[in-house]
Amino acid sequence: MRIGLFATCLGDTLFPEAVRSTAVLLARLGHEVVFPPDQTCCGQMHVNTGYQREPVPLVRNFADQFGDASIDAVVMPSGSCAGSVRHQHEIVAERYGDAVLRAGVATVKAKTYELSEFLVDVLGVTQVGAYFPHRVTYHPTCHSLRMLRVGDKPLRLLRAVEGIDLAELPEADSCCGFGGTFAVKNAETSTAMLQDKMRHVLSTGAAVCTAGDSSCLMHIGGGLSRIRSGTRTLHLAQILGSTRTAPYALMEAAR
Amino acid sequence: MSTFLGMPAAPPRSPYGTGNLRGDRKFPEAAHDELRNEQLRRNLGRATRTIRTKRLHVTGELPDWERLRDAGSAIKTDTMNRLPELLEQLEQKVTDRGGTVHWARDGVEANEIVTRLIRATGSSEVIKVKSMATQEIGLNEHLEAAGITPYETDLAELIVQLADDKPSHILVPAIHRNRDEIRQIFLDEIPGVDPDLDNVPAHLAAAARAYLREKFMTTKVAVSGANFGIAETGTLTVVESEGNGRMCLTLPETLITVMGIEKVLPRYQDLEVFLQLLPRSSTGERMNPYTSMWTGVTPGDGPQDFHLVLLDNGRTAALADTIGREALNCIRCSACLNVCPVYERAGGHAYGSTYPGPIGAVLTPQLAGMHAVKDDPNSSLPYASSLCGACFDACPVKIDIPSMLVELRHQHTEQTGTTAEKLAMKAAATVMKSPRIYTAVQKAASFSRSVGVGGRDRTVSRLPAPFDGWSDSRDTAAPPGQSFRSWLASAEGAAALRAAAEEGAARRAGDHQEEQ
Repeated sequence: MRIGLFATCLGDTLFPEAVRSTAVLLARLGHEVVFPPDQTCCGQMHVNTGYQREPVPLVRNFADQFGDASIDAVVMPSGSCAGSVRHQHEIVAERYGDAVLRAGVATVKAKTYELSEFLVDVLGVTQVGAYFPHRVTYHPTCHSLRMLRVGDKPLRLLRAVEGIDLAELPEADSCCGFGGTFAVKNAETSTAMLQDKMRHVLSTGAAVCTAGDSSCLMHIGGGLSRIRSGTRTLHLAQILGSTRTAPYALMEAAR
Repeated sequence: MSTFLGMPAAPPRSPYGTGNLRGDRKFPEAAHDELRNEQLRRNLGRATRTIRTKRLHVTGELPDWERLRDAGSAIKTDTMNRLPELLEQLEQKVTDRGGTVHWARDGVEANEIVTRLIRATGSSEVIKVKSMATQEIGLNEHLEAAGITPYETDLAELIVQLADDKPSHILVPAIHRNRDEIRQIFLDEIPGVDPDLDNVPAHLAAAARAYLREKFMTTKVAVSGANFGIAETGTLTVVESEGNGRMCLTLPETLITVMGIEKVLPRYQDLEVFLQLLPRSSTGERMNPYTSMWTGVTPGDGPQDFHLVLLDNGRTAALADTIGREALNCIRCSACLNVCPVYERAGGHAYGSTYPGPIGAVLTPQLAGMHAVKDDPNSSLPYASSLCGACFDACPVKIDIPSMLVELRHQHTEQTGTTAEKLAMKAAATVMKSPRIYTAVQKAASFSRSVGVGGRDRTVSRLPAPFDGWSDSRDTAAPPGQSFRSWLASAEGAAALRAAAEEGAARRAGDHQEEQ
């Protein structure tokens, strides 16, 4: 397949390793990865903070970049950005866009996938040839779980990883407390949620907490780093991208 | 903004300064204090976890639970689509059966009507069935000012009333109190209580029971709310657990029911759906212990004087909002509170309204508005959510609360003028809409690392306002030396993708050979 990779602004700028792993993984599976060069941001932060006029050009740019019929699927290593494209772009286009934008949004919406659902639903694979000999716990991010309904797809992918020691996360489906600008506007409530999430992560004894969203991992990982827990965060793509020939070199997080 | 000639006036909200639909502080400030209350957090954590587990058990056992939710949603949507005609039908039926119907535009009118009706009976006290609507309008405070003493008879409401406190949960108003606190409240406030009262729940309940029985036997007027009002028959319904509501609804001579206009249901048969949805979502029970239904006045049986006060108080304003009106479908089960991670930490008081939690965050701003004054505390409510979506999944009538929160945030930013946040959002959009500027900013971020941002461990532990709350408990990694796009464009990136493709091809060829 010809896959349009959406790096997401956060992944492109702050967490490029997760996007690299996504690109490498898709290439390894035999697909052509294309990167429309003028892509930027899906506008999720704007919409979720209450701004729907400002992201109109972002929504338009996304539709322009990925609308090309030669792109069979648009894949991104983020449940919340995929959720934004599939659920919010049409709200913005309906309210402040034009007929062209509405049509463009509908076209890309239909072929947009978060990484794990693309692998399992579209490609029909769970065994991706990954090797990761470490204790890992998986946090299902809210938007992948309840907006996209990825269900246990990420876990099925992880269970197929060679060498992995997968530990179940207690109260996995409760929110980590990130919520975008929520973590800034309601920092203390967000922190209280983070503390509970970290307690559950640490109770598993995992060396790595993984998830499908770099944004939630930035929050959980930032907390784990602050308390010098010794547990670090890695995007799901980085675990799936790790192989016997090119294993991920897991350095111990600071204690 | 002046209204263009010919535009219809928007329906009124609940008048500013009346009732209990607005706190005196914004959510983050109110939550600040509540989050420090360890007792509260423990109580809430334990209680919400218990109810969550029970709810999942009794909703999971029904094979048609999802279809029941669809039916509940459809009935409520149908109701809202023809609310005026259903209310007139309800009025007609109640009147036909000997009741009297009163229409209250807002809480002020409702309070005046109820006070006038009580005065007409000559009584100076009333017993009360647990009711959200009368909490919303501040009826108790109004009655006390008018020299009428209201007695709450729901055990938890009684605890809250005796402590001169406010409820913090729709269903479990005293969820923030533990048994030691309750014992102390009873010792301080119940006249003639046994001074040796201990903190055993059964003993506490017995003390309340002795106190309340006397009120049931001697008070001639009761005030209730209603869970449902059936347009087809004029039947009012209250569901409860303790039986104290049943006492109030049957023993007094006069019964006054205050019902929000959105509580009407078209048909008697609709109760079949809602009497399954409500207890299972609410207390996690298959059936609630007491379901009381009454239709007007039955000669020789129960109250002989029945009044129904239909309360608007901002509901028509909510109905006028094509997205927000869905909040009126709420049946006050409180399932969304019990699954909400924000409610679980901050507690109900932080919302400042009779309606806390996720549904409160969308209902309160619509009933009372969120721009009544500068820095209206209600404007912070739509932001009191991480948009995790657990409320939507739990709602028995499938109210899409996360989408409504996003919509109300949008309404808020549209209403407010230029703010620092708005300028920042515009600036961010300007950067993001231009790939050229975006790439330049990325390069600057990468450059910041090379000049030492983050120090040797490449971690930033202190950020300036408004991000200081973030950095109080989280480290932030310094921007990496290279963005994804510049890596991809580099020889290294191209080589990595080529190598991965070759490795994959080799692996597939190997698999293929093994198969043969």
